[in-house]
Amino acid sequence: MNSLYYQKRLSRNIGDKFFTSLSVICALIAILPLIFLVTYILYKGGSQITPELFTLEPNPPGDDLDAGGINPALIGTLIITTIASIIAIPVGVGGGIYLAEYSKGGAFSRFIRFGVNVLAGVPSIIAGVFIYALIVSTKILFGSMYSGLAGGMALSILMLPTVIKTTDEGLKLVPNELRYASLGIGASMYTTILKVTLPSAFRSIATGVVLGIARAAGETAPLIFTALFSYYYITGFGDLFYEMGSLAVLIYNFALEPYDAQNKLAWAASFILVLSILSVNIFSRILAAFTEKTKRV
Amino acid sequence: MMKTNKKTPKNFILSLEDVSISYGTFEAIRNVFCNFKKGNITSLIGPSGCGKSTVLRSLNRMNDLIPNCSLKGTVLFDGTNIYDKRVDPVEVRRRIGMVFQQPNPFPKSIYENIAFGARINGFTGDMDELVESSLRKAALWNECKDKLNDSGYSLSGGQQQRLCIARTIAIEPEIILMDEPCSALDPISTLKIEETMHELKKNFTIIIVTHNMQQALRVSDMTAFFNAIEYEDGDGGKVGYLAEFNSTKKIFNSPKEKTTQEYISGKFG
Repeated sequence: MNSLYYQKRLSRNIGDKFFTSLSVICALIAILPLIFLVTYILYKGGSQITPELFTLEPNPPGDDLDAGGINPALIGTLIITTIASIIAIPVGVGGGIYLAEYSKGGAFSRFIRFGVNVLAGVPSIIAGVFIYALIVSTKILFGSMYSGLAGGMALSILMLPTVIKTTDEGLKLVPNELRYASLGIGASMYTTILKVTLPSAFRSIATGVVLGIARAAGETAPLIFTALFSYYYITGFGDLFYEMGSLAVLIYNFALEPYDAQNKLAWAASFILVLSILSVNIFSRILAAFTEKTKRV
Repeated sequence: MMKTNKKTPKNFILSLEDVSISYGTFEAIRNVFCNFKKGNITSLIGPSGCGKSTVLRSLNRMNDLIPNCSLKGTVLFDGTNIYDKRVDPVEVRRRIGMVFQQPNPFPKSIYENIAFGARINGFTGDMDELVESSLRKAALWNECKDKLNDSGYSLSGGQQQRLCIARTIAIEPEIILMDEPCSALDPISTLKIEETMHELKKNFTIIIVTHNMQQALRVSDMTAFFNAIEYEDGDGGKVGYLAEFNSTKKIFNSPKEKTTQEYISGKFG
């Protein structure tokens, strides 16, 4: 009879130990890039942060002057992301409502679900080229070519799948009993969705929307084809129809410059971008945790 | 006159005429004829899988929400076949309310739980008064009059179920359908709900599905016993049918059918 005590030298126990440590090592290697990336950017960019950074225009590279600030790019990123949200959130939430509440799992909804998954996998540069062909090269937007508006449209394509999917999944989590409760007292489908189902799923949808925004805000490739870049302050509504700077494109442009001042500015912009995306992600975590707490009540 | 404008027989608020209900190709219940009297409590009893909940849900078209569910036959309510193509199921549900097996209050305050239904039904009177009277009728007022703004979830299971009843009363339906309203509750809460039902009888017609035969005996005037038999072709599938429908007293004291006798004495089910 074997002893009941744990025996180290048994081959199954040795194998077990080996695989446990192997998976721990793999997990550590997986997290290393993130740690290095964040610390390196914090180190390189953090030292460049000055109050002027947030208020000045970037100077054109070449004249040995100071590089200036990133104000237009910062505001530009905010504006472009907002435009993307204004387009993607209503369409995405509406599409998600259709998938989760109205569709009956037929061919049409299966096609949409499949399409959304494909769209989620489309490389961001393709979204940029698509909007370039559709909007920029045709000058369809009141004759303007590269514009913040076109940039927002390109980013909204990238946001859409995330928003649709999280809305769909968030609504599916709402128990059917709650729908029946509302329908059983004579509420219409539309009242039920608007007043009962959507509010119950609100926080999980909001989490998905925030993650979608975070993804869009850091995209570069689609903006190179659509919003391009601008050195100048954004002064009014009309600037929407002209080239608009953004943090991501500023990094792309200035990191490749041979001048030290511009490189430093790119580092500073990276710092701001990473920090804001990180905080948006953390915000969505908090939102999700908050959801779980309220569900248990 | 159109066929659908047949008069519901006198005193009968709701009539099933040759109703068969299927889920896809599976027939759940077959050829039910049944009349529900106004102001009565009617209980539907029977073993699991005999289709009694299916029948109940068909009475206010909740079955519409289940994919593939189809109904043959006529359900006459107020002289109208509620399965007529021109009928709006939302309107049907406004006049035939439903209480479910699991208490399902909205994630809103107690007050809002009741006001919600009334508001969407275009109620314009004194909402405070309606909330109070609905809660009183559901025998919940004394327990929650001081915390109307608390979440509906803060109540106990039995209280939540009475809140769901109050919510249904608030829309002033003509009929209240209850699908095993006490199966998730303890005996004391069950007793409270049953007392509530006796109160409600004065103003509403109630149709209740229950697994608890004692409950059927305690609360109902009429009892319908459903049973399931195997198909004639004998591939093991079962189809439900209405075995016996009579006053509760007769069903429990002198049932005509042998299966009814066996079921109420606990020989199967």
